[in-house]
Amino acid sequence: MDIALAPETLARWQFGITTVYHFLFVPLTISLAALVAGLETAWVRTGKVKYFHATKFWGKLFLINIAMGVVTGIVQEFQFGMNWSDYSRFVGDVFGAPLAMEALIAFFFESTFIGLWIFGWDKLPKKLHAACMWMVALGTVLSAYFILAANSWMQHPVGYRINEANGRAELTDIAAVLFQNTTLVVVFHTLTAAFLTGAAFMVGISAFHLLRARRTPAAERDGRKIAAMRTSLRLGLVVATVFGLGTALSGDSLSKVMFEQQPMKMAAAEALWETESPAPFSVFAYGDVDKGHNTVAIEIPGLLSYLANGDLDSEVPGINDTEAQLKEQFGDTAADYKPIIPVTYWGFRWMIGFGMASFAVAVAGLWLTRKRFWVAPEKRTGSEEVPRLMLTRNTELGEFLTTWAWRAAVLTLGFPLIANSWGWIFTEMGRQPWSVYGLFTTADSVSPGVTQAEVLTSLIVFTLLYGILAVVEVRLLVKYAQTVPVHEEPPAVDPTLRGPGTGGTGAGGGDGADTDADKPLVFAY
Amino acid sequence: MELHDLWFVLIAVLWTGYFFLEGFDFGIGILTRALARDEKERRVLINTIGPVWDGNEVWLLTAGGATFAAFPEWYATLFSGFYLPLLLILVCLIVRGVAFEYRAKRDGERWKRNWETAIFWTSLLPAFLWGVAFANIVRGVPIDADKEFTGGVLDLLNPYALLGGVVTLTLFTFHGALFAALKTLGDIRERARRAAGVLGLVTAAVAVLFLGWTQVLTGSGTSAVAVAVAVAALLGALAANRAGREGWAFALSGATVAAAVASLFLALFPDVMPSTTDPAWSLTVTNASSSAYTLELMSWVALVFTPLVVGYQAWTYWVFRKRIGTQHIPEPVRH
Repeated sequence: MDIALAPETLARWQFGITTVYHFLFVPLTISLAALVAGLETAWVRTGKVKYFHATKFWGKLFLINIAMGVVTGIVQEFQFGMNWSDYSRFVGDVFGAPLAMEALIAFFFESTFIGLWIFGWDKLPKKLHAACMWMVALGTVLSAYFILAANSWMQHPVGYRINEANGRAELTDIAAVLFQNTTLVVVFHTLTAAFLTGAAFMVGISAFHLLRARRTPAAERDGRKIAAMRTSLRLGLVVATVFGLGTALSGDSLSKVMFEQQPMKMAAAEALWETESPAPFSVFAYGDVDKGHNTVAIEIPGLLSYLANGDLDSEVPGINDTEAQLKEQFGDTAADYKPIIPVTYWGFRWMIGFGMASFAVAVAGLWLTRKRFWVAPEKRTGSEEVPRLMLTRNTELGEFLTTWAWRAAVLTLGFPLIANSWGWIFTEMGRQPWSVYGLFTTADSVSPGVTQAEVLTSLIVFTLLYGILAVVEVRLLVKYAQTVPVHEEPPAVDPTLRGPGTGGTGAGGGDGADTDADKPLVFAY
Repeated sequence: MELHDLWFVLIAVLWTGYFFLEGFDFGIGILTRALARDEKERRVLINTIGPVWDGNEVWLLTAGGATFAAFPEWYATLFSGFYLPLLLILVCLIVRGVAFEYRAKRDGERWKRNWETAIFWTSLLPAFLWGVAFANIVRGVPIDADKEFTGGVLDLLNPYALLGGVVTLTLFTFHGALFAALKTLGDIRERARRAAGVLGLVTAAVAVLFLGWTQVLTGSGTSAVAVAVAVAALLGALAANRAGREGWAFALSGATVAAAVASLFLALFPDVMPSTTDPAWSLTVTNASSSAYTLELMSWVALVFTPLVVGYQAWTYWVFRKRIGTQHIPEPVRH
């Protein structure tokens, strides 16, 4: 059978497409839930209307996004059984447990409390309403934890034994699966990157509004809108800076763990063909895979040794030596113990490059838009004005640079999305030929009973459907991102759980004809 | 009771929860076409399930995840075997979720009509296909010694399974009509009650035929009891509806769903997926289940969290307890 259309290849493409697509929405959901909850809490506590407007604005974008995250997540739950039935049989005893926990503990949380939040503006006291969004945020984090524990087990299986009678992996220690160091650093890295993603999204869209406001004649600017977007911009910049740094630190920890647990993945990440000490970090390389070396390479001496072992001169094993060692360990059975080197090499670089670019924009932005600290009094701006970009105490950035700084801020909203996608492509492709590292190969994982035509059908159907939905979703996001709902007023009376009135008598029935009972819903589909 | 038997029961409970809850929201989706006269009424119907449909659907994800954890072989054979019907269900659930969330986000006439069409079909198809799938599980499908499904999609479209599909379709629509009667005000509430009267009779006819057929195929004494309960509850729901007792009618149609699911699982036990090729190759609660360690661990997790979930989901229904009429539907967003 043609290798390009082999069921394994098709199933891998399908998993790659559906998972990368799903993960465009996941980090935004995780971070925006907490950010919206934070903004709503700020409104509840201070009563400042700019927080209310910001909550409504980001809440709408959050909902457009989470809808896609939820529906594309359904496929994830079932495609192990559909396309990877032999994998499911082999790992179900171990891998199924965190998946079931994720559904029972996290998915119910998210889906139930998001319904309360969307429809509850006129039903729940505002403190409780804000608490619902915190519950959603907690649900998203728990969900991430369980699924990353499951994935970490594929990267580094622990807490199991192989049942000799049926050849399956069986769980012996759930704590080892949930709390092994791979899980902990992967969770740390994924969550920090998720918050960098949401923060950059916030920075980008608020910068878009502020850039537009700068071009509007002063008399026509809407102060309320600027106030909401300025607050959002600052919040985004602070969060992107803190979590950008966290992403870098956690990435460093993760790479050290991976150098130890999957040396091939990290050698492939660097296209480091021969073992070297000290090992250099490659900035650019062009390799000749068949001959097993790079023809072009630009390198920073010693840096790879640092990433692997924390010093500048230790030895890092190369691809060729690692492959020889893997052949010795697992037998010369698999055709190849190395992943596709250009994919891992460039995936690793694009992940770091795009992720750190948005971190850099955030650090610069945080400094340039500071409100009072080391800014001359006559250069300070009010909360309803577009901030001046102050380089030093008295020097403002020139007009040309200012425009480009704002544009860079707008562009940064896409960077972490690219970085996240490549991060996953790198980490999953870098584990090949294994589905469970050292235990079970991807080739052995596919469903033997599913025909090529069936896999091809589902691959085409999902790709087309996801393509269409992407167009619909992006157009909605663009539309809603352009309108800050400053016309919306915060509710005059805090609703009570007993009913819409003031919690008086007989509000439960709802059949009554009094005007209060006939009041339209604040939100309806 | 052994742990794998307990898990058989828990899986049945999760599917019951799913069909009870998403059953009526599928029904509402189907009824948006027949019951509602104009856009406002369609919105009334959609908003009765607006805050809860997503939470309802998670029962499916949990049933799937729990099957993976407790019966990996069942999960693997079922979802790789029923590949194309499952693909169709997944496509429907994806489009349906987006349709609810996005329909009101633009004011265009075509935009709304398209999503409404989507809501109708993506509610109707899964409501039918789940019945087909479950009937096939109970009836048995070709499975070889390696626990692999060896049939094709045409094997799944046998008369018994198609009848099963008609049963879930009519039962969910009936259940949805009773939910609509319970949650709406005005004209549409009256129409929902009348529709439920007719739908209930149709459901009773096909359900008796299907459950009787199941009894003949693979029934046991206990499953016969469940069938009797299902039929009695269905007739009770019809009577309560006629008497205008909407709460009772809905509770009894829910009991019908629960008893019907129970009768199928009882007819199935101790198999989880019988093989029509050779009974020795059937998947059973013993040969398809996980290790004792995993089952025990998951039992504790289920024991702690399932009541919690039921608690806060019930609270959600209480928060949104008010009936909705056309007067409650706000003006569409202008964009």
